[in-house]
Amino acid sequence: MKTYLTRCYEWIDERVQLDSLVTFMGKKYVPVHRNSVWYYFGGVTLFLFIVQVVTGILLLLYYKSGEELAFESIQFIMSKVQFGWLIRSIHSWAANLFILAAVIHMFSVYFEKSYRKPREVTWLTGMLMLFLGLGFGFSGYLLPWNELAFFATKVGTDIAGVVPVVGKPIMIFLRGGEDVTGATLSRFFGFHVAVFPGIFTLLLGIHLILVQRQGMSEPMHAERDPGKPHKTMPFFPNFLLRDLLLWLIVLNIIAILAVFFPWELGKKADAFASAPAGILPEWYFLFMFQTLKFLPAKMLFIDGEVFGIILFGIAGLLWLLVPFWDKKSARGERNRAVNYIGIFVVGYIILFTILGWTL
Amino acid sequence: MINDGRDRFENGKRDFLKYVLGGSLIAWAGSILYPLFAYLKPPKQAEVEVSSVKVGKLSQIDKDSGTIVRFGNKPVILVRTATGDLRAFSATCTHLDCTVQYRKDFGAIWCACHNGRYDLNGRNIAGPPPRPLDEYRVIVQGEEVLISKKS
Repeated sequence: MKTYLTRCYEWIDERVQLDSLVTFMGKKYVPVHRNSVWYYFGGVTLFLFIVQVVTGILLLLYYKSGEELAFESIQFIMSKVQFGWLIRSIHSWAANLFILAAVIHMFSVYFEKSYRKPREVTWLTGMLMLFLGLGFGFSGYLLPWNELAFFATKVGTDIAGVVPVVGKPIMIFLRGGEDVTGATLSRFFGFHVAVFPGIFTLLLGIHLILVQRQGMSEPMHAERDPGKPHKTMPFFPNFLLRDLLLWLIVLNIIAILAVFFPWELGKKADAFASAPAGILPEWYFLFMFQTLKFLPAKMLFIDGEVFGIILFGIAGLLWLLVPFWDKKSARGERNRAVNYIGIFVVGYIILFTILGWTL
Repeated sequence: MINDGRDRFENGKRDFLKYVLGGSLIAWAGSILYPLFAYLKPPKQAEVEVSSVKVGKLSQIDKDSGTIVRFGNKPVILVRTATGDLRAFSATCTHLDCTVQYRKDFGAIWCACHNGRYDLNGRNIAGPPPRPLDEYRVIVQGEEVLISKKS
């Protein structure tokens, strides 16, 4: 006797030919080698994104946007709504872990040079998702409408404003006016819950389809001696089960962080108060913030910030385009220059983040 | 010969249609994009035109202190120096738009965001600020302290 589940499967299969998809998935293998551990970070990032979607929707049930409502509604969530403190803390913690996991995933792909042909588009969509992730962080940071967020947004949008020619209109577009006001909050809320998730989901779809279609990237040393047989493990169920176990561990870590280190709400934003001492942006912007602090007011003929922003802009663009200028890796040759650049960037980010924390 | 003329005629007709269709396509795209971009640009809010604001009584302002005063929708910092002089500047840091504060321990105006400093004449003396703070005029009428824009 056929079980109900099998009948269900057959009903769908008869109409949309599920079988071919299942056969395809069954043939996917994950290479096993000394660097296999890095394969898990993409999955962890995906899991954290799912956590963000779920907790984000839950927060939307009570959150109210607006100068007179936002801060109060978060206070309400934290103090009156059952487990509201937990949901909000998880959302804040998972946001930070999401950026961390995405950055680790990105650097592992970079150092393994998995972006090389034929995976350029996977790299591009991944990088765009990372930029969007930073946008999620920046826009979400303002939504509680507290003092720290208010000044972080003032600084962040003002930095956009110093870019020559296009800067000023972009700043006004972001702020919804000349200054950071309730209009800015409305716009950031819209970006955070509608615009960014929409674009992100589209990019994520492309990214995942490409990973499924092209399979996992093999390390370059394995490609260089094709004579040796490669160790692999089936994606389904072996790798997937390991993935799920890790997701469970990550969920536990978030729960511990959210319970023992609940996210602060701080003081309500006041446009007529001085910026508080010890003000810092989110840690993932800290290295750029610290660099701007070190730059003198004037460099050559331009303001220090303009110089810094243009420099970061160019560096980001070159990083995004690495599959297109690293021709050697695409040919399967070793490219040490890419490694040195990568090590320099990691070192710079770590050093300036520490400086930002301690100075 | 006859064919040639006909070709030229046909080509001319084709070009004509190309321009008409291409032109209308651009006009159509424009008629869609223009309202969209115009919508994104926030309308100019009627700025509260303020020429001067009352701050309070002179006796209530401590020596060696600074307060943020609401000037229309801009913050202004009123500093009373240790010697009792009153000075007012725009409180918006010229660096990246943060709001400055008076620091007793430095005897200077300080911005917490990027450690910028201004002396009590509003001049940028340390850190990243590229320009001095805009100065406002302080008027003392009897006991009443007023701040007004410098003309």
